[in-house]
Amino acid sequence: MIPLSHYLILGGIIFSLGVFGALTRRNAIAILMSIELMLNGVNLNFIAFARYLPQTMLQGQVFAIFVITVAAAEAVVGLAIVLGLYRNFKTVNVDEINLMKW
Amino acid sequence: MLKLIWLVPTLPLVGVVINGIFGRWVRERAHLLAVGTTGLSFLIALGIFLQVLTGRTLNWDVYSWVPVGDFHATVGFQVDPLSAVMMLVVTFVGFLIHVYSIGYMHGDPGYARFFTYMNLFMGSMLILVLANNYLFMFLGWEGVGLCSYLLIGFWYQKQSASDAGKKAFVVNRIGDAGFLLGVFLIWRTFGSLHYAEIFPQVAELHEILAQPSIFGLSLVTWMTLLLFTGAVGKSAQLPLYVWLPDAMEGPTPVSALIHAATMVTAGVYMVARSSALFDAAPVSMTVVATVGALTAVFAATIALVQNDIKRVVAYSTISQLGYMFLGAGVGAYASAIFHLATHAFFKALLFLGSGSVIHGLGGEQDIRKMGGLRKHMPITAYTFLLAALANAGIFPLAGFWSKDQILHAAIASGHVWLWALGAAGAFGTAFYMFRLYFVTFEGESRVDPHVAHHIHESPRVMAVPLMILAIFALGAGLFGTSPEHSPYYTFVNPVFRAAGEGAGHQGPSEFTMALVSVAIAAAGIALAYQMYLRRRELADRMAERFRGGYTLLLNKYWVDEIYNAVFVDFGKWLCHRLWLVDAKGVDGAVNGTSWLTVLASHLSARFDFRGVDGLVNAIADLIQGGSQAFKRLQTGVIQNYLLAMAMGIFVIVSLYFFF
Amino acid sequence: MTLKLGIFYFLAAFTVWAAAVVVLGKNIVRAAVALIFGFCGMAALYVLLDAEFLAAVQVLIYVGGITILLLFAIMLTSRIGATTARVVNDQVILSAMAAVGLLVGLIYASTSGIPAMSGPPRLPETTPFLGRALLTTYALPFEAVSVLLLAAMVGAIILARKE
Repeated sequence: MIPLSHYLILGGIIFSLGVFGALTRRNAIAILMSIELMLNGVNLNFIAFARYLPQTMLQGQVFAIFVITVAAAEAVVGLAIVLGLYRNFKTVNVDEINLMKW
Repeated sequence: MLKLIWLVPTLPLVGVVINGIFGRWVRERAHLLAVGTTGLSFLIALGIFLQVLTGRTLNWDVYSWVPVGDFHATVGFQVDPLSAVMMLVVTFVGFLIHVYSIGYMHGDPGYARFFTYMNLFMGSMLILVLANNYLFMFLGWEGVGLCSYLLIGFWYQKQSASDAGKKAFVVNRIGDAGFLLGVFLIWRTFGSLHYAEIFPQVAELHEILAQPSIFGLSLVTWMTLLLFTGAVGKSAQLPLYVWLPDAMEGPTPVSALIHAATMVTAGVYMVARSSALFDAAPVSMTVVATVGALTAVFAATIALVQNDIKRVVAYSTISQLGYMFLGAGVGAYASAIFHLATHAFFKALLFLGSGSVIHGLGGEQDIRKMGGLRKHMPITAYTFLLAALANAGIFPLAGFWSKDQILHAAIASGHVWLWALGAAGAFGTAFYMFRLYFVTFEGESRVDPHVAHHIHESPRVMAVPLMILAIFALGAGLFGTSPEHSPYYTFVNPVFRAAGEGAGHQGPSEFTMALVSVAIAAAGIALAYQMYLRRRELADRMAERFRGGYTLLLNKYWVDEIYNAVFVDFGKWLCHRLWLVDAKGVDGAVNGTSWLTVLASHLSARFDFRGVDGLVNAIADLIQGGSQAFKRLQTGVIQNYLLAMAMGIFVIVSLYFFF
Repeated sequence: MTLKLGIFYFLAAFTVWAAAVVVLGKNIVRAAVALIFGFCGMAALYVLLDAEFLAAVQVLIYVGGITILLLFAIMLTSRIGATTARVVNDQVILSAMAAVGLLVGLIYASTSGIPAMSGPPRLPETTPFLGRALLTTYALPFEAVSVLLLAAMVGAIILARKE
């Protein structure tokens, strides 16, 4: 059997990669992609636990479904915002958009 | 009868109260009450005098005035020959002068006030001579001083008059201070101020009195010297005589009454009354005689060249007072009092005569503008002549007897130089008196043309007193022709114990001295006759030749100016200096305080501003700096926020793991 | 090493590589395509974990929806050929540190706190089970999520429409 920890570590790696990407990528869409990565890592965790822990109702997987749904919604809205950003600033590099700067 | 004595001073005082309060309504009729009360006083005094002649005396304490512990003074009267004589002179001459004043002061706006003051003077003088203790006498003493001030400055709107009044009072005060010290000493030594308790004790307390005190002088010497300073002030002797010439600013009746006949003689009376004390202090007696003799000569020299008619008579008064003290100083108290009485008559006459002249000339007082007045004012002229003869000491007028007795007593005491001074003074007296008479009444008239029209003899109310006084100037001497046997001396001598007799009878006889006196006086008159009637230019040439001396005498030896510079100006300088110190000090302190306060407030303000502002600004700056620092957190870049979040999560997670 | 383990390792490496390209890739389109691969890898892993419905959903939604959306967005907003701009911003070091730290923490948590368990040999069919669960026990979240989706749709339309 594949130990649970393997899946967890894998999930962790993907999540960390996503964190890194969200923090460092300049392109807004790339940030959104990194966020999707993060969500995926989390999903993997949930599903791994759903498989390996005794549960009555597969809560892990249910949760994963919801995560996917919300991720989808969030990606939609996020991209709409990015489009709006692009229209106003003619760029999607987030470090150039600092209107809220002091 | 004797107990009516209390009326004698009181009646004039009643006049004072009524004239004083109701003066405004009484006005022109004020003299009725004033002269009436004085006349009544005189009549009562005459009655009492007659009683005293029979040998009765009275020492009567009427009212306990100051009963304080050991000290006890009363309102009391002493009626004995000495006070009786004084009382008679005062009331008689006073009465005549009051009558004279009715005419002289007629029309003056202060008519009622004048008589109020005159009556006050009469009351005070009578208290002075009738008191039986030093304190009550001092009351009268001060009272006459006050009246002198009030009456000298009677026409107070005139600056010179009010200044003269002040001068008289201030100079008098100096004497009074000494007098009071003497009185204090008397009380400390004798325990009482009543004559009847002091004088009998003098012999008993002889050792105590003779104790040497300050400067080696005995106690009694100090007592008498201090009392004498009071006399020096009141009776215008050297060096406190300066007020009397200026006192001529007052109306002439005032000069006659106060500054000739009565007030100035109070000093002589006081010395005579204290004869028991003076007899115990030979040093003081010498001082008294010397001062008297020097004053006599000194004043006579000044009178030689004065041009104001009243000034001449004033200096003459000072000179004659000197004779009285000379007499008292050699022990001839009775003679001094006798001269006091005769002098009162002829000096009052001289003053009233001068007043008559001034009145007749409409106010002129300079003798250089007079002359030949005998034709126009015969009564005044002849009475004046009689008075001048009496003053010069010509036989058989009153002045001859009294002055001669004094000079004889002087030479009999062994002090020839005292006699010499007195004789020189007598020569001068005769000379200046007749200079005055000749220049004023004889010769051609040098009167101003417009005044000449109005020259007139005085009205009867003024002329009659002149004539009455002339009678006495003529004949009063006959009461005291001989120091041993005459009515006056037998009457008065008992008061003075064994004083005069023991003074010695050395020297030439009385008869010789009398001849010498008359010769001197005659020489003086003759010289005056030559210089002022026969050959007028002599006087002017002598003035030219002895210009320095003449100027010195004319300016009265500049004594007034010296006193002014030494005392008055110095006093003013000192006052000014002290005021400066005070003003500067006070001002300085006040200003300094205010300056300090302002400075302190400035500093505190500065500190306040800097401190408070600094604090407030510092806080603001702190916050601003802090916000400047912290605002950099808000970069506007979302990824920075995300990074912060990630790092935070990491920290919390690691904390969670390790704790 | 069993087959399963080997497949697992292979799929893990594949997914991680795809994620790395997403995160570090210069060309944004390439990143998007790598994301597709990553999603596919994830789906495979789900299958390995007996969650076949979720695998299918993953492919459908993520690959079929989201990545297409991403690609559209990329197309609308970028100059596709531009590769001159930098990939990472200024805080790369700190972010790397944070990410690594998180990873370390996660690894530590995964290996020390979880008891070794194996679970059932095989899960029963999940699809009907999930369907039943969604409509009974989790009906509320289900409905909520649908509202959420509606809101998201409306929001996106409003946000993205031409002014």
